Amino acid sequence: MSFDINFIGILIGAIMASSVPLILAACGELITERSGVLNLGVEGMMIIGAISGFALMVVTDNLFLAVMGSMLSGLIISIIFALLTQSLLTNHVATGLALTIFGIGMSAMIGKNFVGIPGKEFPLLFVSLKESVPFFGPIFFGHSIILYFAFLLPFLTNYFLKNTKVGLIVRAVGDSPTSASNQGINVLLVRYSCILYGGAMCGLAGAYLSLIYTPQWIENMTGGRGWIALALVVFATWSPIKVLIGALIFGGITILQLHMQAVGLRIPVQLLSALPYIMTIIVLVVISRDSRKIKLNTPTSLGQIFYKEK
Amino acid sequence: MYKYFLRYVISVLFLLGISGQANAEFKVGFVYVGPTGDHGWTYQHDEGRKAVEAAGIKTTYVESVPEGADAERVIRQLAQSGHDLIFTTSFGYMDPTNKVAKDFPNVKFEHATGYKREHSNVSTYSARFYEGRTLLGHMAGKMTKTNVIGYIASFPIPEVIRGINAMTLAAQKVNPDIKTKIVWVFTWYDPGKESEAAQALIDQGADIIMQHTDSTAPVQVAEKAGVWSFGQASDMQRFAPKSILTSIIDDWAPYYVERSIAARDGTWKQQDTWHGLKEGMVAMAPYNSAMGSDLVKEVEQLQKDLASGKTHSFTGPIYDQKGNILVAAGSVADDGMLAGMNVYVKGVEGDIPQ
Repeated sequence: MSFDINFIGILIGAIMASSVPLILAACGELITERSGVLNLGVEGMMIIGAISGFALMVVTDNLFLAVMGSMLSGLIISIIFALLTQSLLTNHVATGLALTIFGIGMSAMIGKNFVGIPGKEFPLLFVSLKESVPFFGPIFFGHSIILYFAFLLPFLTNYFLKNTKVGLIVRAVGDSPTSASNQGINVLLVRYSCILYGGAMCGLAGAYLSLIYTPQWIENMTGGRGWIALALVVFATWSPIKVLIGALIFGGITILQLHMQAVGLRIPVQLLSALPYIMTIIVLVVISRDSRKIKLNTPTSLGQIFYKEK
Repeated sequence: MYKYFLRYVISVLFLLGISGQANAEFKVGFVYVGPTGDHGWTYQHDEGRKAVEAAGIKTTYVESVPEGADAERVIRQLAQSGHDLIFTTSFGYMDPTNKVAKDFPNVKFEHATGYKREHSNVSTYSARFYEGRTLLGHMAGKMTKTNVIGYIASFPIPEVIRGINAMTLAAQKVNPDIKTKIVWVFTWYDPGKESEAAQALIDQGADIIMQHTDSTAPVQVAEKAGVWSFGQASDMQRFAPKSILTSIIDDWAPYYVERSIAARDGTWKQQDTWHGLKEGMVAMAPYNSAMGSDLVKEVEQLQKDLASGKTHSFTGPIYDQKGNILVAAGSVADDGMLAGMNVYVKGVEGDIPQ
């Protein structure tokens, strides 16, 4: 393996690009879960976002509309989930699973006419700097705007939850919807908003896949990334910064193990393939050992059905 | 009284339904491992199915069926619901197909890329894709500047290993310095993972990307990185117009039509089919003129020679990685050896995952 400094920079850039959909979806789901709602439909919302973004790109030839549309469609499909679980009081787990199955089927149906159409070049920023600055160039430059947004998002989310009044309300609703309701907080409004926000972020994560990462539409193209995002939220003990760390470790080891194979290291390939999952769990468990902090971050009412007694 | 009457009517209708099914028209079922929209392996099988339909035979298909327990359930379901001939189109369907075939002696089964024919109603068929890989190897050996060929492999089965070996042998012949770097992704179909593998190989110095997976993601990565690539299963040229030198195309349509008609007319017999360039089951997409007209001519000649049998992809002497002789000088590998190939030839780096 050639270990020149530029190569490492390129590697880090590739790792960052591969973790973007995980960060976006996980940060969205994190807000949803902090309000006490467990939405297992991440994969379904992502794939709907992926096809809507791609379809809009093909139809309108406008990438801005495509990205906005993918967020909107993720949001719209999450309304179904919100209606069912919050207003009709269905079980969160079952409804979320149904949403995923629905999303995958629905996207395949919409996508029938969009198979085999090549994607459009997505504009990348600071491409000239990427080439000219050694090492740091490929890390910081030459990415899409969505990547920069994704890397800002965990910090914004953290700030929002910790330092804003609305963030406090979200956490209050997640910890004890009954007390929050007694304080005069509109629990349903808060939870609806959080679910819809989560849906929009998952839609964006899907659009990143179909418009930027592998610019095309193929059925099932999310390939289980929604489930990994869900797991990240739990293993990161609902902390946005740890979500970012987890996503980078997962993306990093996924890419590194491919390089190790290409170099011809004599490690069993099956072990290498399992490595991202194992390492991400180990690291997140180790950095989240503090049980006091876990208690502080865990939304106590997660997945429980709430209804206001009249 | 009314209730009994209703029950009578229902049971009569039910019986009619059953007898109707017994006389049902001839139907052919297909089981696919991926979605029909993968634009690769399953897409081509579905093109074959459409040809059967165009020949006036009714068909149904089930897509994205995982290899394993689910496959048996789906195959059994197709057999039970009155299908007369069932194509199971992935290697992993081998055991489920034979298991179901035992219970439905009147239904005919055709399993792709496998070798087990445990019952007289099971045929197997496959294509000599390795002939296409030989052509790819020739082009790769001539076109590479870095002498590193990147190969994205799916599962360590003879089919895939045969392709790696055929490609490497042909590339070595025209360029003794080449190295084949392999990344195993353990999936037939995951665009994200396939593109990450392609990127890793390119970062490791490969300027030729080859895949034995089904999505178009690797060729798109190659296009972006400005390296050469080859399409898999169907013509992927429009996904990477500059990068793709050619694609290996699987053409199942003539075989599917022929076998379906044979089954309908009662002339279907168990057989093991292994067709290649000669019969057209393996075809090549138009060659990219970027490789120069001389090389195109060379490859076209090689294609003709492979089809006519004048050249064989596995002509001795062939050595394994340790230097033991696999095929003696002057002879060619027989089909038995090809079908069970489980060692790399000399020049391939790394070990086969066990």
